[in-house]
Amino acid sequence: MRNRNHARTQTDEVSLIGIPTEKEMHIILNILKNKRGPMAVIECFQQIPCNVCETSCQFGAIRIGRPMTNLPDFDQAKCRGCGVCVSKCPGLAIFVIDMNYSPGEAAVSLPYEFLPLPRIGEKVQALNRYGKPICFGKILKVASSENFDKTHVITISVPKKHAMNARSIRIPKNMRKEIGS
Amino acid sequence: MCKARETGRHRQEARETYDVAVLGSGPAGLMAAIEASRRNCRVLLIDENFKLGGQLFKQIHKFFGSSDHFAGTRGFRIGEMLAAELKNLRVETSLNTTVIGIFDAQSETKRLAIATYERSEEVLAKKVVVATGAIENVVPFPGWTIPGVMGVGAAQTLMNIFRVPPGKRSLIVGAGNVGLIVAYQMLQAGIDVAAIVEAMPRIGGYGVHAAKILRMGVPILLSHTIRKAIGTEHVEKAVITEVNKNFKQIRRKEKTIDVDIICFAVGLTPNTELTRLAGCEHAYAHELGGWIPLHDNTMETTVDGIYVAGDLAGIEEASVAIDGGKLAGVSAAEALGFTTAEEAEKVRKGIWKRLNELRSGPFGEPRRKANTRKVAEYRRKRENAQ
Repeated sequence: MRNRNHARTQTDEVSLIGIPTEKEMHIILNILKNKRGPMAVIECFQQIPCNVCETSCQFGAIRIGRPMTNLPDFDQAKCRGCGVCVSKCPGLAIFVIDMNYSPGEAAVSLPYEFLPLPRIGEKVQALNRYGKPICFGKILKVASSENFDKTHVITISVPKKHAMNARSIRIPKNMRKEIGS
Repeated sequence: MCKARETGRHRQEARETYDVAVLGSGPAGLMAAIEASRRNCRVLLIDENFKLGGQLFKQIHKFFGSSDHFAGTRGFRIGEMLAAELKNLRVETSLNTTVIGIFDAQSETKRLAIATYERSEEVLAKKVVVATGAIENVVPFPGWTIPGVMGVGAAQTLMNIFRVPPGKRSLIVGAGNVGLIVAYQMLQAGIDVAAIVEAMPRIGGYGVHAAKILRMGVPILLSHTIRKAIGTEHVEKAVITEVNKNFKQIRRKEKTIDVDIICFAVGLTPNTELTRLAGCEHAYAHELGGWIPLHDNTMETTVDGIYVAGDLAGIEEASVAIDGGKLAGVSAAEALGFTTAEEAEKVRKGIWKRLNELRSGPFGEPRRKANTRKVAEYRRKRENAQ
């Protein structure tokens, strides 16, 4: 299924600050309604001159075409959730989400360009789009390759209800204190 | 005076004439030198810094753009690639060298006065590509002379070139792309970013750049500005305040935050010193950062044989600077007969196609329009002159 409304035109409400507006969030949520395994979620809502995602996807799931200021046209049926686009997007705006990771949890893969890297199995804080801790997550995978050029792809498990908001991690220091505040 | 006579004059016989002199070795200058040298021009590339690449080596983030044209590659890697190519082509370079004058700009062979730490001398060149980039803007406020107040460019140089953190906790003034990107790089360098203040009610840069730092917990305060810096030996605190829609500061909304660096990211101004010295005509275009040397589609200014490229020709992105440099390099080579008019035109057509694409969309369109307007103004000026 193609997500046509995501393509070609910029949404009317361009966010003032870089956070998806409600309308834009609606587009993301639509993508995740019919679910198999992991799938890319592209949070790119402005017509900027960039088409790196298109060539990064070897399955042809992302199309930009011409001019390259087009918004990405994402074909869910072709996406394998491999996460290559996550590391390639210069705007760090692509995530991979697996809503069926476990009965209660979703897996979120996100780009990460900080040191030190988290360790597999480590418990971290999951942060929302404003950097606020929303829940704990467990590091499932840390993918790095020369091809990724230091944009590591970190996969964490979070409770399903937080899958659409967990967009960053913080490696704990006094983690207990901050959560719930 | 004395020194100039001693070193400058007696070397006069040894003066060499280059086909093309390129001033500035950022993305535009590097590309101009490469394109001219590829077509067998004898090129001299001059830069005042100790290293080639201009601002490219400070750019540790991945670039946007077309994937068949460096996009997705980190800036410093593009710098490495271009510098390697330059080396293969055996372009002569003169680093730590400042161009202090352009003389006889109107004549066929132009005289450049250059100065290094040891001496000053003259270089002759038939064509000159000026790619001197831009200077950071500042906003004055009480306390802006206290050490610790600097441009984001300076902070970026300290962090990414010299690997010295400029401070522990920063305030960034301006939420354009430069401010947003450097804020992110500060986080990467382990510097805490207290906030970004932006006087406009919306960010100026791309949403994705803002999202990257917001999700790391850095607040972006819209309709806010800096009121003053507090500190004696160095910055200790910053007072920020909300502004109303006429940009008037609202005193009762003041807030004091603990920071030890305050960085400006309030835009760039084309560095037109040399094009003014050369007598090029300039025109104002606020979309392009202010006064720019008028130029046509081949990047030639109103002075024959003097070309411009990069931020000097209008504040845009590195990808545009690379293309501008290519245009200037090819055009200079064509004017000297090192390539045919057909070949040059073919190359230029390809570049213009891509440039127009880079300048499409809501961010690029105003710049494309301003550019078209200025090229038309150039043509009018030229016709009137004839």
